[in-house]
Amino acid sequence: MSSPNIIQELENRFGKGSFTTQTTKDNIPTLWTASGRIHEILRYLKTGTDRPYRMLYDLSAIDERIRNNRQGQPESDFTIVYHLLSFERNEDIRIKVPLKGEHPSIPTITDIWKSADWYEREAWDLFGIDIEGHPNLKRILLPPTWKGHPLRKEYPARRTEQGKFSLTEEEHLKEEEAQKFRPEDWGITQRGNGTDFMFLNMGPHHTGTHGIMRVMLELDGEEIVNAILDIGFHHRGAEKMGERQTWHTYIPYTDRVDYLAGSLNNFPYVLAVETLAGIDVPEKAKVIRVMLAELYRIASHLVWFGTFAQDLGQLTPVVLTFNDRERIYTITEAICGFRMHPAWFRIGGVAADLPEGWERLVKDFIDYLPPRLKEYEKVVLQNAIFKERTVWIGVLTIDEAIEWGVTGPNLRACGIEWDFRKKRPYSGYEQFDFDIPTAKDGDCYSRALVRFQEMRQSLRIIKQCMDNMPTGPYKADHPLTTPPRKERTMQDIETLIAHFLNVSWGPVIPAGEAAFGIEAAKGNNTYYLISDGNTGSYRTRIRTPSFPHLQAVPKLCQGLQIADLIAILGSIDFVMGDVDR
Amino acid sequence: MKNIFIPLITIIGILLSLTTVSAGLIWLERRLLALWQDRYGPNRVGPFGLFQVIADMIKIFAKEDWVPPFADRAVFILAPAIIMIAVLMSFAVIPFAPAIEVVNLDIGLLFFLAMSSLSIYSLALSGWASNSKYSLLGALRGAAQMLSYEVFMGLSLMGVVIVSGSFNMRAIVEAQRDTWFFIPQFPGFIIFFISGLAETHRLPFDLPEAENELVAGYHTEYSGIKFGMFFVGEYLGITLISALITTLFFGGWLGPVLPPVVWFLLKTLLFICVFILLRASLPRIRFDRLMSFGWKVILPLSLLNVAITGAIVLLWS
Repeated sequence: MSSPNIIQELENRFGKGSFTTQTTKDNIPTLWTASGRIHEILRYLKTGTDRPYRMLYDLSAIDERIRNNRQGQPESDFTIVYHLLSFERNEDIRIKVPLKGEHPSIPTITDIWKSADWYEREAWDLFGIDIEGHPNLKRILLPPTWKGHPLRKEYPARRTEQGKFSLTEEEHLKEEEAQKFRPEDWGITQRGNGTDFMFLNMGPHHTGTHGIMRVMLELDGEEIVNAILDIGFHHRGAEKMGERQTWHTYIPYTDRVDYLAGSLNNFPYVLAVETLAGIDVPEKAKVIRVMLAELYRIASHLVWFGTFAQDLGQLTPVVLTFNDRERIYTITEAICGFRMHPAWFRIGGVAADLPEGWERLVKDFIDYLPPRLKEYEKVVLQNAIFKERTVWIGVLTIDEAIEWGVTGPNLRACGIEWDFRKKRPYSGYEQFDFDIPTAKDGDCYSRALVRFQEMRQSLRIIKQCMDNMPTGPYKADHPLTTPPRKERTMQDIETLIAHFLNVSWGPVIPAGEAAFGIEAAKGNNTYYLISDGNTGSYRTRIRTPSFPHLQAVPKLCQGLQIADLIAILGSIDFVMGDVDR
Repeated sequence: MKNIFIPLITIIGILLSLTTVSAGLIWLERRLLALWQDRYGPNRVGPFGLFQVIADMIKIFAKEDWVPPFADRAVFILAPAIIMIAVLMSFAVIPFAPAIEVVNLDIGLLFFLAMSSLSIYSLALSGWASNSKYSLLGALRGAAQMLSYEVFMGLSLMGVVIVSGSFNMRAIVEAQRDTWFFIPQFPGFIIFFISGLAETHRLPFDLPEAENELVAGYHTEYSGIKFGMFFVGEYLGITLISALITTLFFGGWLGPVLPPVVWFLLKTLLFICVFILLRASLPRIRFDRLMSFGWKVILPLSLLNVAITGAIVLLWS
């Protein structure tokens, strides 16, 4: 999907000297440019060029200070990476800005993309890069009292490297005090329109927030005047761990990012590593991966469906859908030995072949679920009160959705058919016959409809996997496949050495950069990996769908009521692991 | 001597059986919900888990009786008592059988309406006295809800009064010897059923509690026996509304073969199960929608019902 046109177009417009191109393994056009003209360039890409790059897909940073293999890239201590997506072109572009110094700064782009707000705060929080002109540059994932910026290379990855931890009573009180909500910090006032507003602190422990998240509400009666989200309670430093683990041992960590979607999280990671290493995965492994991915998509959607109904006050569906999910876990347990977090994908394939009798389990499930779905449709989706609570609540137009970086079912609910499985088929999705459900209103009800239909489509895919499961090896015959194939190790010394090293150290992935995006359960999930020619990644960037989705919530709930906020939170389907990483 | 003794026995008997029954309802609800949700429900303590209620009661009595330091102590303690008293008082006018009734009031129905209006104080006061925002929001919702359903609750019963010509519960039951009132008064029955749901704060009208939105609404800050009183109060409320539906629309104790009190209990139990089934199946409505539904749909309907019933009765006689 490489496109020299856009590079040429930019060079013609801004002068040939303005850019340095970099080749990456994923073939996304990657351009370096100085921070001075970044505004102009991004604005041009968003609005100026025809078939524009309308979505700010990702914004992150790289600490380049100890990187060895820079492969002719411009000098830089810290690099800001803007990853844009064009729907018309079905192409991405990556703009990199080199920054010099220990605590560099860069102008904000929140005036171009609203969704840049949280991403830039994250860059400040984790790298200490100052964002000039940002309306609200505060820590986002870490508590306000935190010292240091963890994704910088000098920051230790393990607690044991930091000396003994203690928390005195006094410090504890200080932490508590720092958590206190001060409206003036967020530029809102208690008075307005002749009334005093009430502030309501919802969370971090609240039944409606699906995990530990805090919403600070400014209320006029029950009407929401302002909502401010406080995230980061679930932050586990998944990106930092990526720099410490080997390529292989990082796989289990990915499972826990979107903890409801199991193997779907392994998928973009192993695909990105395989792109870096140049591994071709055998057919059988591809189909096994697709089958597991779709099973986990259904599992995730079932949990979403039950909890969404629960959010609206319906008590029963959540119990029933959890029962259904249990049946999926019976299958994944038989195949992987694990239920929620199987860590089953491997670099170059999957961990083992399918067990005997797996077809029967899968077939039972394919026969079992459709009647249940029909029942849920009747009892929940067609219920008058359910409709009353969701139709025209939390409406997102296509333009707003793109502006806020919304992807996946939430984007399709606005009426655009955008699914990586169709648009950028990976792992053989182009061979499957399935539809992409869409809706048109972009409200809570549309989002529910789209996800619900997706379960049926996933069943179709699983059935095709079952009927057409290829024969052959389940992992690639490639020196970097991990764990490597063992059959020939006792016959020739080279294979034995490669096997020994790959098992003990882990594979050494050639230096380079690659990003791979897939259609995860909640939207587009991308792993952007940088290898410095080592046994572990130099930088692991996880672009999760829930992060931008949650950022759009305050906009969605303005002027509505508390009950609607709960409906909106339920309908956008996020898990905090996916937001905070 | 006999004149004092018999009513006393009746009162104590009714009080005891009511509190036992409503506690037993907690078990019934949990078992029924479990049945409809493919689960087991409480089945460990005693036969069919029946003693679960007793275990719960022991727990709830033994819990520390705690009043949050920021609460308005006196009102905070008073509030849960009000709901129990108001609901239990209402039972005074219910005729369980021809011979079992605490008091045969000529204004029985009005007495019930008065008592049910009082029970809202429990909710409003508890929300206010808790001095917590979630409780306050719950109480606000409760008050708003009360405003919207209390009016048509009274009006929905006027049809029954017109047809039977009395406010006396016993007379109303007797008037149903030929046809139960749910046939001529079908709109009245539906409206009363809806307002009864609202009165007891059951799904889909459990807005003052709304655990997904307001944590636990007006009783967020309550624990121990004070919470237990709200809890049992809710089940007493369900029993009361079911008993009233039975009395006013389904012929009370009337029925063939079985003794009258058994008929009464059977019918009441049926409606209790309907209440539980509704809880298992319906989502929650938004409170401003409930208000506009009450004022714009139900109120005109109940007025129409009163007018038409009145006109027919006038023409008939």
